Amino acid sequence: MAGLLGIEELTRAEVEAILHRARYFQPLQTQSFKKLDTLRGKMMVNLFYEASTRTRTSFEIAAKRLGADTVSITASGSSVSKGESLVDTLNTLAAMHPDAIVMRHSASGAPHFLARHLAIPIVNAGDGTHEHPTQALLDALTILDRRPALEGLRVAIIGDITHSRVARSNVYLLSKFGVDIVLCGPATLLAPELGELAPGVSLTTDMDEAINGADVIMMLRVQLERLHDPPLSAGEYFQFYGLRLEHLARAKPDAIVMHPGPINRGRELSSEVADFQRSVILNQVENGVAVRMAVLERIVGEHVNGVAAH
Amino acid sequence: MASLLIKNGLVIDPASRHDGPADVLIENGRIAGLGQHLDPADALVFDAAGLVVAPGFIDMHVHLREPGIEHSETIETGALAAAAGGFSSICCMPNTLPVNDNATVTSYIIERARHGAVVNVFPIGAITKNSAGEELAAIGSMKNAGVVAISDDGRPVMNARVMRRAMQMARSFGLPVIDHCEDLNLSAGGDMHEGVQSTRLALRGIPSSSEDVMVARDILLAESTGARFHVAHISSRHSVDMVRFAKRHGLPVTCEATPHHFALTDHDITAAYDSSYKMKPPLRSDCDVSAVIDGIVSGTVDAIATDHAPHPGSEKMQEFEKCPFGIIGLETALGLSIEKLYHTGKITLLRLVELFTTGPARVLGLDRGTLATGAPGDVTLFDTELNWTYDVNRSYSKSKNSPFHGRGFRGGPVATIVGGVVVWRRDSQ
Repeated sequence: MAGLLGIEELTRAEVEAILHRARYFQPLQTQSFKKLDTLRGKMMVNLFYEASTRTRTSFEIAAKRLGADTVSITASGSSVSKGESLVDTLNTLAAMHPDAIVMRHSASGAPHFLARHLAIPIVNAGDGTHEHPTQALLDALTILDRRPALEGLRVAIIGDITHSRVARSNVYLLSKFGVDIVLCGPATLLAPELGELAPGVSLTTDMDEAINGADVIMMLRVQLERLHDPPLSAGEYFQFYGLRLEHLARAKPDAIVMHPGPINRGRELSSEVADFQRSVILNQVENGVAVRMAVLERIVGEHVNGVAAH
Repeated sequence: MASLLIKNGLVIDPASRHDGPADVLIENGRIAGLGQHLDPADALVFDAAGLVVAPGFIDMHVHLREPGIEHSETIETGALAAAAGGFSSICCMPNTLPVNDNATVTSYIIERARHGAVVNVFPIGAITKNSAGEELAAIGSMKNAGVVAISDDGRPVMNARVMRRAMQMARSFGLPVIDHCEDLNLSAGGDMHEGVQSTRLALRGIPSSSEDVMVARDILLAESTGARFHVAHISSRHSVDMVRFAKRHGLPVTCEATPHHFALTDHDITAAYDSSYKMKPPLRSDCDVSAVIDGIVSGTVDAIATDHAPHPGSEKMQEFEKCPFGIIGLETALGLSIEKLYHTGKITLLRLVELFTTGPARVLGLDRGTLATGAPGDVTLFDTELNWTYDVNRSYSKSKNSPFHGRGFRGGPVATIVGGVVVWRRDSQ
């Protein structure tokens, strides 16, 4: 594993191996002494071209708990704001020989493009509207905390699907395990081609239909302000695609509600749903660290031993 | 000037439907004869055994970047690349700096080409001033200065009223109107063809309808104005159908296809996010590619043109969404056409040659693309079986943005003759 660019190109066995290892790191998160020395002497660079609190912090904590050193760079206040190109910035960082670069960028494919020109492993922490692989891995881990297996589950993903990297990565991951995936959102944010991303995906613009019999309801963050031509006003959006307690009656009795955060109360989900006992939003955050430890150990650790696959 | 005798070749001349072994004699820069027993005194002899001898190829859609963007390409380097692609004539689009929207710029290009270009260069003038889509350019005086068509290529005229008036003027000056058909509202923000692959790669889509609605608009405007309307780089299934429909109704509507639009599909853009595959119109679906090829086979498509669009490496070495649109294509056009159209048995050699010669000549009203006695002594020699590999780093173009770097070809140009002079000849490999 030379890096982690997306879920699409992983095999089911690779996903299972990461989740297995993440489960090993789960108890560590609540111990009083949390630090290992697996990656001692290793250096990780966090390069974030888009604002992020949880993902960046989560990667940083994961690296530190493995004993690695980390440096975080954000686009503002760096040479990026002086007009340096992405390739030049990465080449500069690469010349300092970090062991991995974790990057988030607003352009789909930015890490894939860089991976072709750089020998250092790149971990994709979100590229445009394309993929957010560690989010899908932590979501899977969170589901598996409450279900024995992913096989046979019905998962509804609701919101702006077309522009969601969380949705794409989840579709690729869940599909590898035979999950029945329903994507739901306003017609202009639900490209018909999404149904062809992976086996087992169906589409609907009707929220009730999406939630019917669901084991898992994943709500996506709405960024109406970032859409060029929002199809609905914020109020109308909540009316048709906001999750309220009454919706949950249609789902399985023990269905869980997930959200990649940060949540907008009253926009994509009601305040009651956010605080609902079967909302696992904070468990997702907690699992983020365990999953990212598993990913970093796999990528940087393999590199140490010189058995990295190229 | 010494005479040139091209001997022992297979002469294919669509204008006279000649398709058989013959010799071609060029004297004083013009075709002096075509036949078996030409008897020139002291002519230079070019042995074309095993080669196809055709009228000089015409590429009616090229960007030469001069004046103003000479770090990407110049008239001189673009012309060299054209010669190395088998083209003896090229038409350059007006999106230079300044835009070729008046006779002064037109004359400048023609003058630069006269001194620096190894092939014939025919400028295409802008439709509107600065190609801004508002006020009409100086169409009549550009025509007098030498433009062979008008186009706001790359910056399509969105205002239908302006386009209608441009067609009226173009008709009165006897010029065809070439439109890069793209509704900029529908394509806004798009990076590649809208479909499964754009959804998978999460790149913003350019729907086929953005091309189709403009082709439809322009056909209707051509019908009402009587102007000759030519669709640049046709790429979508419905657009091909509409041009076929227009032709059937006797309208003076023509179109060109680029090699990349019949050789590649949107699925050639992969998770490598390689911007060498980014152009407008975008690489379309399998089904669109089949329709373009069918159009070439059936005669709906009049010409093959490259849309040679040089961009320096620094501009292409970026995030996919930031990269400019366009690829270079002069040196690979014939190889791709032979491979995808002739070796697949879809068209004959005569039809292939027609697409590069009489086809574009007819669209533009050029007195070229034929081996008739008295015609300009422009000849293209090519070999349908030649095995060669394209190395973009050895390209004559100043820019290296090609998706075909490293590709092996079966068939390609061997020599280019302009006005009786061999301006390019392939090194024996």
